[in-house]
Amino acid sequence: MSISTTSTSDRAGQPAAGNILATAREQVLERGEGLDQGQVLQVLQLPDESLDDLLALAHDVRMRWCGPEVEVEGIISLKTGGCPEDCHFCSQSGLFASPVRAAWLDVPMLVEAAKQTAKTGATEFCIVAAVRGPDERLMSQVAAGVAAIKDAVDINVACSLGMLSEEQVTRLAEMGVHRYNHNLETAKSYFTNVVTTHTWEERWETLRLVREAGMEVCCGGIVGMGESLEQRAEFAAQLAELTPDEVPLNFLNPRPGTPFGDLEQMSGPDALRTVAAFRLAMPRTVLRFAGGREITLGDLGARQGLLGGINAVIVGNYLTTLGRPAESDIDLLGELQMPIKALNETL
Amino acid sequence: MSAPVQEPAADGAAQFCDQCGEPSAAAGHDRCAVRRTLEPPRFCPQCARRMVVQVDPFGWKARCSRHGETTS
Ligand code: SF4
Ligand SMILES: [Zn+2]
Ligand SMILES: [Zn+2]
Repeated sequence: MSISTTSTSDRAGQPAAGNILATAREQVLERGEGLDQGQVLQVLQLPDESLDDLLALAHDVRMRWCGPEVEVEGIISLKTGGCPEDCHFCSQSGLFASPVRAAWLDVPMLVEAAKQTAKTGATEFCIVAAVRGPDERLMSQVAAGVAAIKDAVDINVACSLGMLSEEQVTRLAEMGVHRYNHNLETAKSYFTNVVTTHTWEERWETLRLVREAGMEVCCGGIVGMGESLEQRAEFAAQLAELTPDEVPLNFLNPRPGTPFGDLEQMSGPDALRTVAAFRLAMPRTVLRFAGGREITLGDLGARQGLLGGINAVIVGNYLTTLGRPAESDIDLLGELQMPIKALNETL
Repeated sequence: MSAPVQEPAADGAAQFCDQCGEPSAAAGHDRCAVRRTLEPPRFCPQCARRMVVQVDPFGWKARCSRHGETTS
């Protein structure tokens, strides 16, 4: 799908590009109504000179519609590598010559990681498995893990286990999993350039089942995978249509051995424009800085993002790569006077 | 994919790059050096076997089937 930039002049009928910030101020900041696809595209096309103003507006929107709290999460890979799917960005696909080998975590290690995560003040702990969807072995391991964590640690447990059947969704909800992550990854029109072993619609169907079962929906993706700005805007609009409770935003970290291993990293300004644009498309969502921010934005990235629309972070390491030390992010939140969201607000 | 498994040096010194598994003495590890700051080791520095690596929020463990476990 492609959209025309010429059909997206603002409501006053003035040329759109120069005016999009004023439009966004009135529409998103004042009225809480997210930007549509054409408007998001205009934001993504703003020149670097407008970046500071854009980030400031996105920050105002986040403060007004979400408040100053930041949701802190730790993630853990329960089953690493050996995935049968072919997501071209992923070092855990068994179909590429990636150096990542298959590994399973046991329940005591899972509980220990949850305890360490909770010590940072985090309220979210997400258990992730590199699979197309869970089999019985994985479902049992997750059930044992979630029960053991709930016994030992005060933290919300989320899961990301690929595509689910209706029965599996019900079981996860019954285990007390409060949020389920399943990323659409990219715009519908670009999806077949990224994944060929399953469809965007299959992913959407899992998200629908998750919502129906009463779990919170966490759905985002990765930008900088070769999609056009139009497709990035399309993706923001498609996410907005889903109205997820949380949107994790990753920047491609090109993994050796994967089909996207040689792609250029996204530039810092492009990454920040994307953060702000997603915030303006979804004023009320939990917008989480996920993977790739360290390499795309460097040490300053966390600060710029948190002052540009982000209101959630993954602390510590990722699934197969390392992040900034958790203390650096926690210290930064203190410095920015952004309180960590407390558990009782999210339960 | 299989890594170029080789016998370790007699003194057990690190002779392979833990990021790409090629001999450390060879040229071309600039990207590996950059990567190392945000990557756990992937190849055993002693024999270049691909290791089983488990990352958790606060550290990592890497295990070579021949040379055992290293932790962060
Ligand atoms: S389904 Fe998940 S783990 Fe598997 S290749 Fe795709 S992104 Fe990687
Ligand atoms: Zn190397
Ligand atoms: Zn070894």
